[in-house]
Amino acid sequence: MLSLTIREVSLALREGRISPTELCKKCLNRIKKTQHLNAYITVTEELALKQAQEAETRLLQGAPRGPLDGIPFAVKDNFCTENIKTTCASRMLKDYSPPFNATVVQKLLDQGAVLMGKVNMDEFAMGAGSTDGAFGPVRNPWSYAASYREQTGAMPDSDWVITGGSSGGSAAAVASLTSYLALGSDTGGSTRNPGALCGVVALKPTYGLLSRHGLIPLVNSMDVPGIVTRSVSDAAIVLGILEGLDIKDSTTIPAPSSLTELPEQFDVKNICVGIPKEYHAPGLSEETVAQWSRVADMFEKAGARVKQVSLPHTQYSIVCYHVLCTTEVASNMARFDGLEYGHRSEVDSSTEAMYASSRHEGFNDVVRGRILSGNYFLLKQNYEHYFLKAQQVRRLIAEDFKHVFSSGVDVLLTPTTLTDAARYSDFTQEDNRTRSTQEDVFTQPVNMAGLPAVSVPTALSRRGLPIGLQLIGPALQDRKLLSVAQWMEQSVGFPSISDYGDSSKSRNDTEKSKRERTSAL
Amino acid sequence: MFCIVVKRSCRGVRVSLKSCNLLANDGYSITNVELLHRRRKHFLQSHNTNVTRLLSSRPHNSEVPEAATWEPVPEDQLPPPVHIPADLVDQLERLALVDFRTKQGLACLEKAIRFADQLHVVDTSGVEPMDSVLEDRSLNLRVDAVTEGDCAEELLQLSKHTVEEYFVAPPGNIPLPTREERAAILKHSEL
Repeated sequence: MLSLTIREVSLALREGRISPTELCKKCLNRIKKTQHLNAYITVTEELALKQAQEAETRLLQGAPRGPLDGIPFAVKDNFCTENIKTTCASRMLKDYSPPFNATVVQKLLDQGAVLMGKVNMDEFAMGAGSTDGAFGPVRNPWSYAASYREQTGAMPDSDWVITGGSSGGSAAAVASLTSYLALGSDTGGSTRNPGALCGVVALKPTYGLLSRHGLIPLVNSMDVPGIVTRSVSDAAIVLGILEGLDIKDSTTIPAPSSLTELPEQFDVKNICVGIPKEYHAPGLSEETVAQWSRVADMFEKAGARVKQVSLPHTQYSIVCYHVLCTTEVASNMARFDGLEYGHRSEVDSSTEAMYASSRHEGFNDVVRGRILSGNYFLLKQNYEHYFLKAQQVRRLIAEDFKHVFSSGVDVLLTPTTLTDAARYSDFTQEDNRTRSTQEDVFTQPVNMAGLPAVSVPTALSRRGLPIGLQLIGPALQDRKLLSVAQWMEQSVGFPSISDYGDSSKSRNDTEKSKRERTSAL
Repeated sequence: MFCIVVKRSCRGVRVSLKSCNLLANDGYSITNVELLHRRRKHFLQSHNTNVTRLLSSRPHNSEVPEAATWEPVPEDQLPPPVHIPADLVDQLERLALVDFRTKQGLACLEKAIRFADQLHVVDTSGVEPMDSVLEDRSLNLRVDAVTEGDCAEELLQLSKHTVEEYFVAPPGNIPLPTREERAAILKHSEL
């Protein structure tokens, strides 16, 4: 039951095969069983059971609120949740309980979805490993899957692999079958990167389509709430519920259509798939290239036109992102001064000294480092040289995409990450800044241009770990993008994690044979 | 940047070395043996199929580039590396209200600047800076009227120190002390 998709479990709830309370308890048990993953910062057990009870009443009356009524979900700990701790995985907000819900959280609650808890991340979403948070690193559930253990002879307790980040808790929650859906945030790839490494579907919608109200900002001009699910069709359902104008976020735009369901049979025959040649970056693993080529073949065989295209400024995108990210961070993080909320130092010799020591005690080295870099790039003597220069390069990057999409390309197919997940012990050999420049290479250009992109799990590597590929679409064509992604999902035959773990017991035979059919394609 | 290119290519080398080892052991047949073995063991083969495909001699799709296409940025095209003098360290710490903490923190900034310097290789003459991807559409403005509020109580509760309806701050208008004195206030600050 736990390894089903939203669509399947929603049907099970309606048909009375399971009740929302039973489902909620199963997920809570699973959270306890998978505690070693460190995916959750806060588990909202009591509230979840209460919400599940309410959903149960509605379902018994035959009046569910929608496809998400009674469905367990998890929320990254940088979305505000009313009277529930929202820490951003930082000592700065360790005890912060906001008095309001983020718009996207409220929308899910209004649909009757059941909040299981708040999930782990890199501190203030700054990172690409979910290794730099105040509550410790998140472990990738695939570290414990038979595929990884048998292929590599690894000992999960010492050789566990990272989830990617910064929304590692969101991806781990969905991959470890404790939630059917999780909210992440995506500034430079923070939803897609862990989605790829944990073998789940991760959607970064068009900038402005989903409200940022209540999402604690990192880079306002790039942040978007991200959607993590087990299937593309689930991501489309959730997108349909979350999208649209929000009076509390002036950068939101109206949803282009009210259609939430994807077409069952999408014909890729008439589409043009672009392969941006600059997305073969140094360090791209041979296995990922092989998958990239395999899926390009699949599109070709199905009658799509596959052609190589060029996005000439790609190589400089990560550099541009680095400057714009740190500068917006420098400005955004100024709000944390210890006075109105958040950590306040004992030092009280002066206001300035209190500010400085609260921030010294509250932020980790990564956050402080980015604030300092950002302040450097914003200095009067550097403003034009670095900040405006980066904004100019940003336009060139956005125009690269515009040119390609106006030349008849419908979607771009690229890798999501350079390699499969690194072992924690290997990953932490390099500092956060270096890692982010490696890990975000293929994901952040899309944030620069505000485009929708989705990472689709594609295959397992030789180490038995997931490899994901990314599809990128033109602005506001999220639904068409997902239709292509669904076709790809149906064609690649990515296995379920429950085929390899202790949860295999919960799967029944019909599911098994269905998976086989898919994988035989 | 130069050092990053090197690091990246190091990673690349590491990856290919790994696969070389596999291939030297005749990886293809090993995989097949493994595959048969697993077929007996598990009923499911979906990922095994994928594993085989990876190592098989499936022809590479001609549209997908086979090798990295990035151009290394030569050192001589970059401006000379920046070193942050002590007075600038002090200025940044006062502006940012965070400290570098260690020598490493300072080295990290110097590396970050070096990385950013690659931007200067790009010709941006005549390009308008872009600050929002929504620049070409009109955004929704709400009616200029109060729609919510009266939540002073709730907000004040979030503060560590309040009196009546005020947030309480320590004495103001006192500049941050000198770097030496600051280090004494801040725990674990060694720079």
